[in-house]
Amino acid sequence: MPNSLGNDFSRIDLKLIADMIEPNARVLDVGCGNGDLLKLLADRHSIDARGIELSRDGVAEAVSKGFAVVQGDADTDLENYPDNAFDYVILSQTIQATRNPKLVLEHMLRIGQHAIVSFPNFGHWRIRLQLMFKGHMPVTDTLSYAWWNTPNIHFCTIRDFVGLVDEIGAVQQSAQALDANGRLIRFNMPWWFWNLFGEQAVFVLKRGK
Amino acid sequence: MSLHIEPLAVNQANNQANEPSSLLVQFDAAKPLKLDSGALLSPFQIAYQTYGTLNSDKTNAVLVCHALTGDQHVANQNPVTGKSGWWDSIIGQGRVIDTDKYFVICSNVLGGCMGTTGPASINPATNQPYGTDFPVVTIPDMVRAQAMLIDYLGIDTLFCAIGGSMGGMQVLEWAASYPTRVFSAIPMATAAKHSAQNIAFHEVGRQAVMADPDWCSGRYLDCGKRPEKGLSVARMAAHITYLSEPALQRKFGRKFQDRTAPTFSFDADFQVESYLRYQGASFVERFDANSYLYVTRAMDYFDIAADHGGVLSKAFLKTKTRFCVVSFSSDWLFPTSDSRALVHALNAGGASVSFVELLSDKGHDAFLLDEPSLVATVNGFVQAAAKTRGL
Repeated sequence: MPNSLGNDFSRIDLKLIADMIEPNARVLDVGCGNGDLLKLLADRHSIDARGIELSRDGVAEAVSKGFAVVQGDADTDLENYPDNAFDYVILSQTIQATRNPKLVLEHMLRIGQHAIVSFPNFGHWRIRLQLMFKGHMPVTDTLSYAWWNTPNIHFCTIRDFVGLVDEIGAVQQSAQALDANGRLIRFNMPWWFWNLFGEQAVFVLKRGK
Repeated sequence: MSLHIEPLAVNQANNQANEPSSLLVQFDAAKPLKLDSGALLSPFQIAYQTYGTLNSDKTNAVLVCHALTGDQHVANQNPVTGKSGWWDSIIGQGRVIDTDKYFVICSNVLGGCMGTTGPASINPATNQPYGTDFPVVTIPDMVRAQAMLIDYLGIDTLFCAIGGSMGGMQVLEWAASYPTRVFSAIPMATAAKHSAQNIAFHEVGRQAVMADPDWCSGRYLDCGKRPEKGLSVARMAAHITYLSEPALQRKFGRKFQDRTAPTFSFDADFQVESYLRYQGASFVERFDANSYLYVTRAMDYFDIAADHGGVLSKAFLKTKTRFCVVSFSSDWLFPTSDSRALVHALNAGGASVSFVELLSDKGHDAFLLDEPSLVATVNGFVQAAAKTRGL
């Protein structure tokens, strides 16, 4: 099943995210699709991983694989979860499809000790070039929808996302960017470099004081 | 309306109330059942079926809870109707709930008419059927009685409690009342409370029964009568609520029954009329009218939140039970919004929950039908739970 980016991208970000989570953690994967990340987590010892997914087919497939997944909407259903219910709340390649990314992020930081967010960087040089020279909304391998059928309504660049993190007063624990080949961009590169060459980014956040 | 009741079948149904073709456990005066109404029921009995073998650790027991007009014959031929078990698409050898692996228990509910004590049972105080002298029972009363059966069978913790509709209500009550005794729970096509619309439909059914002169103020068994017409109408009205408009349209449309033009009479011109009349007539052959009053009443009173200070999530706070909630897209009797409210409460209580709304045009009854998506969902959930339980 395609994710909200509409492709079968190998989802290197999922592996990256799974590596960040320690054993015995309680994890909520928001927009878990058919359970790819839950599967990665389940293969590790004692991780209590649960999911929320909007698509009926995605939920049915994830539940039939044995995962604790509920049909729900990140925009409306996160408010039902109690404070501090999870160690990690994950939003992988989904924030751009939410109606209210700020509220979603705030709920994630309320119900989880940490929030992990991965998203496609709209500031990547290929996207900038398409808009500048072709004059069309960009369509790339990783963002394969046309403007009129895309579920992605709130694109942002890496810099924009950092702005939102500051806006809600969250603390950035780590940030990583992957280039078009899925390789990590070297940590010591400046922000403008990440924002231009990072095709996707993975942020780990925690609540501010 | 013409009803063709086979006297044999009716006698058979009457006999089942007191001498069921099932396993039976009797609780004497030493073990009375205290009901929510305050009444004490004693003695009483529970009729039940089991399938498979309880393992030495007693960890593989699955309790199946039946719906309003169901019974304990979940996976064997029904002694009254001769039909195969009502849920043998899910339960049996090689099925999702595999009786080669699990010890499956299904008991007739309190107030039922298939051998567990109910209004058609003989009241030991009078040697006559209870009739409306039977105390009003609730879903929690039914579950307390089931728990006595589970104790009697020497089982501490159920591996799974599963059921749809009123069966789902019992599953939820089990999880709320005995949180440490239910490892996993599968409530489907159900709700944590009965809605106003559903109470209204039940009231129509009860009034139909009680308006039948043969109901005899509830004492029809004493005078050798049965309110067949009233119960049949109740069933016809209820049956519509178990289906969906698209399913009725697909199955019957406006097709005529054995004729090509209207007869300009009140005969069953339309196939859908004939179908409903058949549903009504076959139902009265196997079900006791007073049981119908009592069991619908039990559903009406059901409201788990009300028993927990008005907050549903409090009923499931810190529960260790893992839940698989299933609803069906065309079910307007127990709509998906009911299941979603339940899931929100379970999430708020920190429970491990799976929840899926399955696509079906078959209405509320979809949970009883052999739907591949239902089988796949239950299978995935049960397999994962069994792995965690070490089964």
